[in-house]
Amino acid sequence: MLLQVEGLRKTFGRRVAVDGIGFSLDVGEIVGFLGPNGAGKTTTMRMIAGYLEPDDGAAKIFNIDVAQERRRVQERVGYLPEGAPLYGEMTPWSFLRFIAEARGMTREAARHAVRRAAQDARLGDSIERPIETLSKGYRRRVGFAAALLHDPMLLILDEPTDGLDPNQRHAVRDLIKKLGEDRGLIISTHMLEEVEAVCTRAILIDRGRIVADDTPQALIEKHGSLEMAFTALTGGEERA
Amino acid sequence: MIKRPGLASMLAVYRRELLAYVTTPTAYVFVAVFLFAIGLFTFQIGGFFAERRADLSAFFAYHPWLFMIFLPAIAMRLWAEESRSGALELLLTLPAPTWSLVVGKFLAAWSVAGVALLLTAPLWITVNILGSPDNAAIFTAYLASLLMAGAYIAIGSAMSALTQAQIVAFVLAVLISFLLTALGLPMVLDFFSGMIGGGMAEAIARFSLLHHFDAAQRGVVEFRSVFYFLTVIALSLGCTVLAVDARRGG
Repeated sequence: MLLQVEGLRKTFGRRVAVDGIGFSLDVGEIVGFLGPNGAGKTTTMRMIAGYLEPDDGAAKIFNIDVAQERRRVQERVGYLPEGAPLYGEMTPWSFLRFIAEARGMTREAARHAVRRAAQDARLGDSIERPIETLSKGYRRRVGFAAALLHDPMLLILDEPTDGLDPNQRHAVRDLIKKLGEDRGLIISTHMLEEVEAVCTRAILIDRGRIVADDTPQALIEKHGSLEMAFTALTGGEERA
Repeated sequence: MIKRPGLASMLAVYRRELLAYVTTPTAYVFVAVFLFAIGLFTFQIGGFFAERRADLSAFFAYHPWLFMIFLPAIAMRLWAEESRSGALELLLTLPAPTWSLVVGKFLAAWSVAGVALLLTAPLWITVNILGSPDNAAIFTAYLASLLMAGAYIAIGSAMSALTQAQIVAFVLAVLISFLLTALGLPMVLDFFSGMIGGGMAEAIARFSLLHHFDAAQRGVVEFRSVFYFLTVIALSLGCTVLAVDARRGG
């Protein structure tokens, strides 16, 4: 089993952000996290990626618990944070070199990894321009490349297509499908058609708990459409 | 492929930070203003020429006071900017020990301070043209100044890790630096010795950056002063590690 999450819990002050989330994931699966804003999707992803420490529960990658051996897990996980933060004054090339070397690669290995990841993320020839001058879609792909550098078995992508135009979204989805062939992927999204298009499984999260975990097709059969499933299972009304 | 990840990530962070300093105008502005200010103080207020002595005491005397303002300005972006931009998430999901990130960033800011100090070398050359100063003493004072700069930057780094706002980091760092510096002023010491006796006041003075720099700028390097500066650096960086790790706790 690639990833095993058990009873994951996280509170911020008195607010319970993640309240006992558990699921597992195998190679070849692309899992879509769905849920209202503030449901706990990002917090769950951050805990699996080793950015936040869980209050309780465990996330194990190849049976290595992130809470106990954070760095060994992080060597095996690629993570694209929400909004894909980058260093604007750097070029994609120097940024990716930095990430590769900070991951402990030798200069030679880093150069090789950057070349491969840049190709996989289709960075093309803008690789020597400052990141702050590049389009949003391109910057997102730079974030992708950074997550791919060490060829991780598990990729966690927080809203990878958010804020992109339809063409860029299409390109990113193709990339996700291709990457999902020989590793495990978790993506979060608000675009339900995206889940239908790329995910092999959908996990619906509401108020820190999993309310559904099934294939998109099964959810559609049961509720009529993913949108109806979403509304029925996550309360429907907007919360402050 | 992965060898001694701590050291590798420290060097990678160091190089990136240094690159950030040289590709953005802020560092240049601060170094330029620092050089201008140190010149102003040395010549106008310190009376470098009026002293008619071939030494740099008028120059070194102002280091603590200028460092106190300028070095927090160099250090303020180190962590505050990372958490404001969200790039902290990138750093903290690297398989790197937190200390390696903290030390890498600190060393980069310290290097910028070192370059600023290096750029004051024409002054040293000038006194050698005008007279024959005690060059060993000047060299010692430079080393002490560099160590002291490290202490101010480490304090700045710790404050930067506490907040997302650079300006808050700056103000906090200046405040703490000021307290740590001013503890060694005769005025402050007199105040304390009036209250708690001379012995205690003397003890308080030992915690002052100024106290330890004073001895060094006369050309005497005391082991305990070096130890003091290194301790301030280590403690502040330790606090930085704690503050950064606290982010993981939420």
